Amino acid sequence: MFLSASDIQSIFLTLRLAALVTAILYFLGIPMAWWLARSRSRWRGPINAVVALPLVLPPSVLGFYLLLTMGPHGPVGKLTEALGLGLLPFTFPGLVVASVFYSLPFMVQPVQNAFAAMGERPLEAAATLGASPLDAFFTVALPLARPGLLTAGIMTFAHTIGEFGVVLMIGGNLPGVSRVVSVQIYDHVEALEYAQAHRLAAVMLIFSFVVLMILQRWRPKNGQGGA
Amino acid sequence: MKPKKNIQVFRTALLGITLLAGMLVSVGQARAEKITVAAAADLKFAMNEIVAAYKKSNPTDEVDVVYGSSGKFHTQIQQGAPYDLYFSADIAYPRELAKAGFSAFEVKPYALGRIVLWSATLDATKMTLANLTDPKISRIAIANPKHAPYGKRAQEAFIASGLWEKVEPKLVYGENIAHTAQFVQTGNAQAGIIALSLALNPELSGKGGYWLIPDKLHAPLEQGFIITKRAAGNPLAKRFAEYMGSQAARALMVKYGFVLPGEK
Repeated sequence: MFLSASDIQSIFLTLRLAALVTAILYFLGIPMAWWLARSRSRWRGPINAVVALPLVLPPSVLGFYLLLTMGPHGPVGKLTEALGLGLLPFTFPGLVVASVFYSLPFMVQPVQNAFAAMGERPLEAAATLGASPLDAFFTVALPLARPGLLTAGIMTFAHTIGEFGVVLMIGGNLPGVSRVVSVQIYDHVEALEYAQAHRLAAVMLIFSFVVLMILQRWRPKNGQGGA
Repeated sequence: MKPKKNIQVFRTALLGITLLAGMLVSVGQARAEKITVAAAADLKFAMNEIVAAYKKSNPTDEVDVVYGSSGKFHTQIQQGAPYDLYFSADIAYPRELAKAGFSAFEVKPYALGRIVLWSATLDATKMTLANLTDPKISRIAIANPKHAPYGKRAQEAFIASGLWEKVEPKLVYGENIAHTAQFVQTGNAQAGIIALSLALNPELSGKGGYWLIPDKLHAPLEQGFIITKRAAGNPLAKRFAEYMGSQAARALMVKYGFVLPGEK
């Protein structure tokens, strides 16, 4: 067999995590991007910076803060315990929450750029034709931003697949819960199982290449996607 | 017009970064006597003090220490990592390196490690491994038994006590022994099995307390170090290796709960 059962388990876990995080971030990221692209509030700058933080912060910093805030003495940990949900570290939902933070800029920024690039014109036109703002958003803005939305989805998905540091910090390396592909490869290397590491790493390499190829195909046709 | 300007800015920035990097590299090279030590995470506190004591008597010598998992250093040294000494929590790793020709001299045992049951919230001095089956304890941290020596010994101790099946569903795995202690220290795991050397550190010893796991429950944690091939001609590497056998260094190792070779 090319991959062991635990390798395959880690692949499915990773795909499940990435799909869920991408879906959640579509719900959270699109309204945020819309607001960031159009608001003139003085909070825009700071919030823009906060959204971009995971791009700059080392995963160890993010993982450390998440471990503390989601732990029994942290505010999030106290909240989840009071709600009867238990503690988030070492659980799959905990990993989802951490990944949503970690991948946030990969969703928000391309969508925000797409919204900003279309300008006011199409929305004004929609308004003169009698569309309500909500109507205009769904029938005009979203379809126009489609390349940006696709780029954002693919980037978010791919970036979550490649997540390592944060998962290592808060995951506890549990099979089927937090032992994602990147951690599994790391474990293979640490245990000097280079053959297994090679196989799984090759799968990741091919996957990443294909994703980037897909992104390339989207970009030249439409200038609005991405940065 | 605009893209061209961007390229110019980019080029200037690149030049600046290159110059800065060059300066930093040359500053690093100006110092002659310098070693980098790769040390297992369980040595963190003991080695920090040993290096500080060494520097007191040899102020011009520069000793950098990198802490991490023994297995990772083993792989890195095989790939040419610039470590001059390698202190492993499991003597099997340096032995393997020596066999493959990566060591300048023979492998030297320097200590026996001990494992303890430790908690930041419960009084572990009144506990034994059997207490971990208590349903109130939902998470127990150990180092990853797949590659971390302390994790392997923790697993052996559970198996020898007939508790493995009962505790396994509660286990979470740290990347190395310091990472494992961090899971317990932050309260995310109520208890954990960590190195005695970490439990004796003031940061951790102020909380909860520990219970020493009888060493008959697991294979000995024999620890060894090597001077790597690249440091064969480095007098500082040799001096530091000799210092590990000195009274001062041995006393610091004992302070952190290590059993020294030739003692019991």
